[in-house]
Amino acid sequence: MADGTIGLWTVPLAVFGGAIRVSTPFLFVSLGECITERSGRINLGLEGTLVMGAMSAYGISYLTGSPWLGVLAAGIAGALLGALHAGICSLPRVNDIAVGIALMLFGTGLAFYLGKPLIEPTAPRLPAIDFGWWSDIAQVRAALRINVLFLLGLVLAPLLYWAFRTTRWGLLIRTAGESSDAARAMGYSVLAIRLRATMVGGFLAGIGGSFLSLFYPGSWNEGLSSGQGITAVALVIFARWDPMLCLWASLAFGGAAALGPALQSVGVTSGYHLFNAAPYILTLAIMIITCSPKRTLTGAPAELSITR
Amino acid sequence: MSSEVADSAEAPALAPAADPGFLQRFGGSIEYILIPGAALLAALAVFGGFVALFGKNPLDLYFYMYQGAFGTWFSWQNTLTRAAPLILTALCTALPAQLGMVIIGGEGALLIGALSATAAALMLSSAPPLVVQLAMVCAGMIGGGLWIMLAGGLRQYRGVNETISSLLLVYIALAVLNHLVEGAMRDPASLNKPSTREIGAVNMIGSIPGTDVHWGLVFGLVAAVAAYVLIYHTVFGFAARVAGGNVRAARIVGLDVGRLVLTVCFIAGACAGLAGMVEVAAVQGRANANLAAGYGFTGILVAFLARQNPLAIIPVAVLLGGISASGGLLQRRLGLPDASVLVLQGIIFVAVLGSDALYGRLRFLKAGS
Repeated sequence: MADGTIGLWTVPLAVFGGAIRVSTPFLFVSLGECITERSGRINLGLEGTLVMGAMSAYGISYLTGSPWLGVLAAGIAGALLGALHAGICSLPRVNDIAVGIALMLFGTGLAFYLGKPLIEPTAPRLPAIDFGWWSDIAQVRAALRINVLFLLGLVLAPLLYWAFRTTRWGLLIRTAGESSDAARAMGYSVLAIRLRATMVGGFLAGIGGSFLSLFYPGSWNEGLSSGQGITAVALVIFARWDPMLCLWASLAFGGAAALGPALQSVGVTSGYHLFNAAPYILTLAIMIITCSPKRTLTGAPAELSITR
Repeated sequence: MSSEVADSAEAPALAPAADPGFLQRFGGSIEYILIPGAALLAALAVFGGFVALFGKNPLDLYFYMYQGAFGTWFSWQNTLTRAAPLILTALCTALPAQLGMVIIGGEGALLIGALSATAAALMLSSAPPLVVQLAMVCAGMIGGGLWIMLAGGLRQYRGVNETISSLLLVYIALAVLNHLVEGAMRDPASLNKPSTREIGAVNMIGSIPGTDVHWGLVFGLVAAVAAYVLIYHTVFGFAARVAGGNVRAARIVGLDVGRLVLTVCFIAGACAGLAGMVEVAAVQGRANANLAAGYGFTGILVAFLARQNPLAIIPVAVLLGGISASGGLLQRRLGLPDASVLVLQGIIFVAVLGSDALYGRLRFLKAGS
């Protein structure tokens, strides 16, 4: 202890720090997808949106010198991809799952194309708040350096929970998701509601991507996201479309994803790649446990194509 | 995109010239060629506009794409070599689609198939080449088949969405590949790029005589034709399509839907696993991270562009193989990044799905109305 080493305690501490650090993209993508799916549409393209957001954030941050403008740009890029998804899905007989797969490929390809010149330069990164000032131990301080975006997500989750229950917009989105006929009978355009819900979902997923390139890991390269987007979409399903459960699930995922690097830091390297796959295995395991072929999931929006 | 749509809308002027009886009989089939074709042209037009934004001449783009894909015998061979795994991975999406399932995990089955095939070859290293090759085919198909069957089984017996689970399995397969290639199966001599030991030159499946195209293309063609016969000309395929149309009706007539789902998913995964085996036995010669080249993901696009028809997959795979073959030339001559092929694929995918809205709406194809 005296010389600043804490031995095996490094692992739980790094998992804790990782849970906070790694969970942020999961959190934003899952909250965004939560809004989209509540309106009765599934957007599998958020994987592409995440990568596109990461690239735009890095590019704009590099060009303007302001990481926050980068975050905004990532959100706008995400919203545009969301609008594209919603626009194509509003055509008759177009399957939203297939469009999502297409946009996953398109978003990733576009980000790689536009991001080619960004692999070399270093862009200004997002600041972090140091909650670990009271400790002398380097690992504790590292674990408690918390990014503002995470705090934003922490506020956003209960806010969305409240908004779904009590605000007019929350009710409209839920109506469109539960029964498009009811929304139509009330005189609202279901397609317009879903367009906005998908755009907001894309906006949040884009911000999740900006976290990847501007904070952790904190650079732009083509291997930046490996399935975080799709994992977050799956996460919404077992979070039962509840923003608060999305928050807890994202934290659990962040912890699982931090397990590999944490074990590596104390010298356990044998199963490195398998530990890196922990979030995917965890997702699959939780889906296996919580899904059932006999009944539709509780809390599932009735209009959602994957649960119908 | 809009220009092609406008073309199809203006076409009614030409319609009276056509024989109405002909249209009545073949109007539907014409639709299946015309609409994806128009979507493809629209996507090429959009991509041309996209590169024009970066100061490149779209006409140069089209010329080099044609040159790189089909311009010379050399590019034809390159195209066909790339088409081979695409046919097989596209079947991995197209076969479950007959049952109404959207499987997008072909890449995972390809990796597991490649890994199983390599393991089989390394275990039998002293056996005669033909035995080794047969063992590789079997191991690759079984490995890939079980991988996708897992996604199908989870859907059937646990209600887990097969699209998401099959994609998660891709990332898990990649982790398993990296784990084994850097651990238990690593060739100590491979320093920079961890790989398994080579399967040996005598065990490679080689090229079709007179060409540089490997035998994988023949595997792909045979698999596509066999899949077509299975789906459209056997009782099994008919049962699968019934279950895909209406599960309840299938149960009422006594079909064992669970067995259908598992069998079809196994065959689908076996195709993608065979693609992995071909990549090892005809291209790489060993298993390493190079195998994750994205054939599984392009295969999804091929399947959707072919409207999940196993026979239509063949020309579409050649087309998409051509696009990816032209990527190198675009990079060298026009200075476009290698990701431009991905962008074009994405645009094609989006255009093709958007064009689904046009079916049954082209007035000039409806005789007498």
